[in-house]
Order: sequence, then structure tokens, then C-alpha cells
Amino acid sequence: MNLDFDAAEIAFRDEVREFFSQGIPSDWRAKVRAGLRLAPEDLIAWQKRLAARGWGAPTWPKAHGGTGWTATQQYIFWSEAARADAPMQFHQGLELIGPIIFTYGSEAMKAHYLPRIIAADDWWCQGYSEPGAGSDLAALRTRADRDGDHYVINGQKMWTSYAHVADQMFVLARTAQEARRQQGISLILVDMTTPGVRVRPIETMDEKRVTAEVFLDDVRVPLASLVGEEGMGWTYGKVLLDRERMVAAANAIFLTQVIRGIRDAATRRRIGGVALIEKPGFAAKLAQFEIEVTALQTMVLRLMDDAARGADSGPRGSMVKLRWSQLTQAGTALWTEAIGPEAAHFAAIDHAALAPDMPYAVQGALYSRVTSIYGGSSEIQRNIIARRALNL
Amino acid sequence: MHFVYNDEQVMLRDSVDRYGQDVWHGADRKVIVAEGAARRWCDMADLGWLALALPETHGGLGGGPVDVMAVMEGLGRHLMVSPFVATCVLAPALLANGGDAAGEVMAQIGRGEALVGAGLIEAGGGHDLHRVASRAERSAGTWRLTGAKLHVEDGADADWFIVSARTAGAEDDEGGIGLFLLPAGADGLTVERFRSIDQHRHARLKLDGVTAAIPLASVDNALPTITAGVDRAICAYLAEATGSMEAAADATLEYLRTRQQFGVAIGSFQALQHRMVDMAIACEEARAMTYQATLSLHHAAQARRRAVSGAKARVSQSGIFVGQQAVQLHGGVGFSDELIISHHLRRQMMLDLAHGPADHHVALFAQAAVAA
Repeated sequence: MNLDFDAAEIAFRDEVREFFSQGIPSDWRAKVRAGLRLAPEDLIAWQKRLAARGWGAPTWPKAHGGTGWTATQQYIFWSEAARADAPMQFHQGLELIGPIIFTYGSEAMKAHYLPRIIAADDWWCQGYSEPGAGSDLAALRTRADRDGDHYVINGQKMWTSYAHVADQMFVLARTAQEARRQQGISLILVDMTTPGVRVRPIETMDEKRVTAEVFLDDVRVPLASLVGEEGMGWTYGKVLLDRERMVAAANAIFLTQVIRGIRDAATRRRIGGVALIEKPGFAAKLAQFEIEVTALQTMVLRLMDDAARGADSGPRGSMVKLRWSQLTQAGTALWTEAIGPEAAHFAAIDHAALAPDMPYAVQGALYSRVTSIYGGSSEIQRNIIARRALNL
Repeated sequence: MHFVYNDEQVMLRDSVDRYGQDVWHGADRKVIVAEGAARRWCDMADLGWLALALPETHGGLGGGPVDVMAVMEGLGRHLMVSPFVATCVLAPALLANGGDAAGEVMAQIGRGEALVGAGLIEAGGGHDLHRVASRAERSAGTWRLTGAKLHVEDGADADWFIVSARTAGAEDDEGGIGLFLLPAGADGLTVERFRSIDQHRHARLKLDGVTAAIPLASVDNALPTITAGVDRAICAYLAEATGSMEAAADATLEYLRTRQQFGVAIGSFQALQHRMVDMAIACEEARAMTYQATLSLHHAAQARRRAVSGAKARVSQSGIFVGQQAVQLHGGVGFSDELIISHHLRRQMMLDLAHGPADHHVALFAQAAVAA
């Protein structure tokens, strides 16, 4: 048993650290630390820079244009990115649909879409949730009916993040009515410029305007847009659970960024001549937060060690997702507390300057509330762990 | 980077587990504890555990922290009551390079002939190891110790004590602290003995001009040795806590599957399932933190302190949470003395206290973070 990197891993770390030492504008810092995504144009530029270095798809096998990195290399890559206040890569193409395409898609699909995901030529969004199908995704009602050599899609998708900037959407739709609700669901790729696709933004409490409803009215897509086989969409979706553990792992590794955000804010702010970070009450809260982040990151290391050995990591992916969302909520709340009275100055009415880290710390705290809802709510994660790991 | 025991460690862990299954039946716990520790201590000597962490130069096996972890998991899982950590982990760390007498005591430990307790904390000093008011004064080639030690973990039956005493400086100076070895029967030493709620047996010491004390390696700069030794002991307790938590969680899961109320297994209720999941996550966190701290013991003092204090805080919190939830989910029988469950909670409460509770270590972690 050991936690130390070997010489090759240290050399890799130095190489990655060198890459991240430049090209990260300082005005990204507060947003990134608060767990907020950068503007799409910034994320696209970032992805293109990584792709140019050959690091566009850190979790993909080499055969599909990925890096073929070991779990330890992925851990190092993300740790160094976090350390440099670099953003996380946008995951919906890279981690959600990409792996499904290279696992189940046709050769033509792989040849067309995979390079475009890595090069950030396509922005993908996920058409899963519906007004009546949230945690109970199998209740989805969107239909895809065959008409000659096309599917005609009708329905409504909800909470489709970045639908307004996306070029492509992967959609779960019913291609047959079966007795079991999970059957008869297919996974279909839809070009967002197809007639009949209409996007309506949803306003959210963080004032971020990144999510939307998508209305699909007689949207005609070629039959070749089907991924794999008809009726297998639900099964393919399960592949995501494996991938999501990597997304959760990466998220957890990036939590060191919020620690630096809190630390800087609490060092800057002085109360009665004493820096907030020197006050025992606040110092203890920050220490508690850091300790819990350390615990989560060590859980992630174990998860990645499992992946490297090909061992089943059981419920650890769900555990990491659940704990990460709790900690991103706790961390951004503590950051807001560190800022103090000026956390109330969310936006200037005239032209006054906001306090440092504003509005991002507060916006991050608001955004964090959805992290325990999306991607399987914390309650659903507990259900999954209870069923799969504890056999209850 | 990897998190797997080697073959020898797996064998060691399994042998402790087998011994626990053979000897430490939960249902016979009262009888086993009442028999006293002496016979079981002989068993442990025969099994080679007592010499595990001792240096090879003193008849030991030279085992490292991960070997100790492999043993401690099993001690925790089967809730074995023994002074193993005090005598076989902490004492050897404090006695290392301590001269001939210390070497002889280490050899006695390995053969199962001596129990050793360490008196390191004092009234008014909290759990701070540098707050030492007891004094050691040298005159005519003899050290004379005066003062009191508030608590000696597992010290009630010790044959030898190791105590910290001030040879120079003010009561809270980090320098000027020495370590001394003294026999339990030394003139001027009063040993007050206590039983705790987990059946461990502790001591409080009064030192009234004790002259039989033998100085160990450093008489004026022993604090680094003390903190390093205590960190090793803490890591052993982390593994014990993790083993105990996992056993309590396993028993609770089994109970949820079998206990029927309202005509169904109570594990079918979502409220209880979710609590059980939170217990499972707490166990995962504790195991992760135990690994992380144990695998950091070879780092420089600052990094080591931060890793160990962070882990001690989180494992304490997790252990008490799991123990309390295990009692709650078992209902009335969880509160009973007969079932093993309440013993796990009692042990977790005492493990939290041993070498400083969670809040103490959160504060130490914060200090290390500011300095880092």
C-alpha cells in the first residue's frame, strides 16, 4: 500500500503543471473556484487548446482519439488543472454521449462525431428529463415514430442545459410502447437546427440562464441518427453510470479550488484588525471543510485504484456524487460567509465595483443547490446505494 | 499509488480475524472480559502480534504502520479489549533509541512479559503534548520527578510507565521536555486506576519525588519523539475505529434485513435505508482517512501532523455517527448491554477521546494548514 507517485508519474505531473502554468486568464479564477462554468466561448477555446496538445479526451481510449491515460494520470491531470485554477472540461459531449457513441455507435457515427467532440466543433446537450419524468426517467413520453427513412420526434424535454448554444442533442425517446416502461426507449441524435426544434430558456435562482426547455414538434431525423439498436436506450444509459463516476471523481478533485477561494477571501477580510482566517471559529469551520474534502479525495483515489485494477467499485461512484454535492454546497456557503456584508452586493445598480469574488461566490452557492438534484438526486443516489450495494 | 494489502498483510489481517471469531464471541463478551486480559495477552504473544511493531534489534519483527493497520482492523472488528496500542505501538515508538533499559523493556514487550503505559497529558493542558508542568530535576546524577499525569491510556495494569517531564523552560514551551521510564512500583509513584465504559483500564499518575526514573534518549527535546509516537498510536486507533464501524454497520444491515415490523422487514423502509446508506458512506470515509493518514506517517512532521489530525477528526466523527445510528436502527436491543452494538458505540466514544477528540484535531489541522 502506498500513496506516493513513482518517477514516471512525477515526470508526468511536471509536464502537466508546465502546460497549466500559462494560458489561464486571471479573470476566470473566481468563477472557476466557485464551481461555475465559464462562458461557452471560453470553454470551447479551452477545449481546443487541450485538443491541440493531444489532451482533449483524458478519459477516452487512444483508439478513439483519447489520451489512453491510466487512472493515476487522470487524477494527476485533474489535480494539476484544479491547482492552476483551470476550468473543468465541459462534460456532456466528452463524458456523456462520446463514450456511448464509441461503445455502441456505427462506424460512420464514430468517424463523424468523435473527432468533433474532441475538437469542440460540436457542443452537445442532453435530452433526457421531461416535465413528467425527472427522477423517474422511465416515465418519459417523447415519441420517435418511423416514417419511411426518418424518425418523427414529438415531445418536450426539460432542464436541458446549454440547449441554446448546443449544436447537437442526444434524446431518449419512445420508439415502441412496451409493457415494461424501460423497454421501447431509444437513443437518437438530433441536430439542433432541424426544423421543429424550439428552445425556451428557463430562469433559475442563480441567474445563470444556462438551462432550457426543448420542444420537439414533428422533428424529422434520418433513421441513421439512432445509436445502436432500437429499444436499447435505457441499457445504453446505464453505461453513463460508469462514466458518471469519473465525472463525479473529477468534480471532487476540483473542490480544492473552492478551498482556495474561501482561504483568500478569509485572509483578505479583517474584522477588528484580525484576519477572519485567524479567528478560531472560522478557522475550525474551514478546517472541517478541508478535512471532509480530503476524505472525499481519498475516496476518489480508491475509486480510481479500483478502475486501474479493473475491480468493481460498487457504490463508490454514487457515494462520491452525493458527498461532492454536499461539500460544494458547504464550501460555497462558507465562502459567502467569508465575504461578509458585501455578499449582499450581487450586482451594481449603477457602475460601482463589486467586492472581490462577487458575484461568483454567491452565484456558486446558489448554483450548488442544483448539484444535489441533477444527475440523480441525493435521494436517488441513496436509493441506488441501498439497492445495489446493500441489497435492501 | 495503490490501496491493497500485500500477501503477508492479508495473512496477518486474516489471522486476527480468525482469532477474533474463535475467542471474542460477542455473546460471551462479559465472561471474556471478566476473565482478565492475561491469558489473551499470552495468545497474542504466541501469535507474534506483540513483537510486530518492535525493531528487529530488540527481538521484534520490524513491522510498519500498514502491518499495524492490518492487525488493528481486526481488533476493532471483534472489539477485542487489549492494551495493544499503548504497549505495542506507542511505547516502542517512545522507547526507540532510548538506551539499554529501554531496549530491555522492548524485548519484554515482544515476549509478552511487560505492559507499558505512557503518561503524556496533564490537568490544565488539554490534549496538548507540549503543556508539561511536571518537573524532572537532576541532582547528584539522579533524576527526581514531581507532578501528575492526568491520564494513561490502558495504564491500569502497566509494569512500566513512560512519562514526559519538564527539564527546562516554561510550562508551555515546546523545548525542555524529557521522556522518562519508570517501573510501576517506583517509590513516590501513585497509580490510580479506572475502568472506562468500553472495559479498558486506565490510570492517573502522581509523581512525588520519584527517583527511579530512567531518562530516555532526549531529556530536553523529546517533543518531536512524543508527537511522532502519538501519531503512530492514533493511526492504529483509526484502523481499530474503522474495523469497529464496519462491524457495527454490517450487523445493522443484517438486522434491517431480518427484523420484521408492520409485517415486513424494516429494511424495506426508505427512511431506514437512507440512514443505512449514510452509515456506509461514513465507513468509506473512515477507511479512506485511515489509509491516507497511515500512508503519510513517513512524511515530514508538518505534513504528517496535518494528515493524522485530519483523519483523527473525521474518523472520530464518522465512528460516533455510525455507532449512534447502529444503536438507533436496532431500537431497544441496540441500547442493551447484551447485544454487541452498544459496545461498539461505547468504544467509538472512547476512541474519539483517546489522544484528543475531533475538535482538538480540527484545531490542530487548522494550525498546520495556516503554517503550510
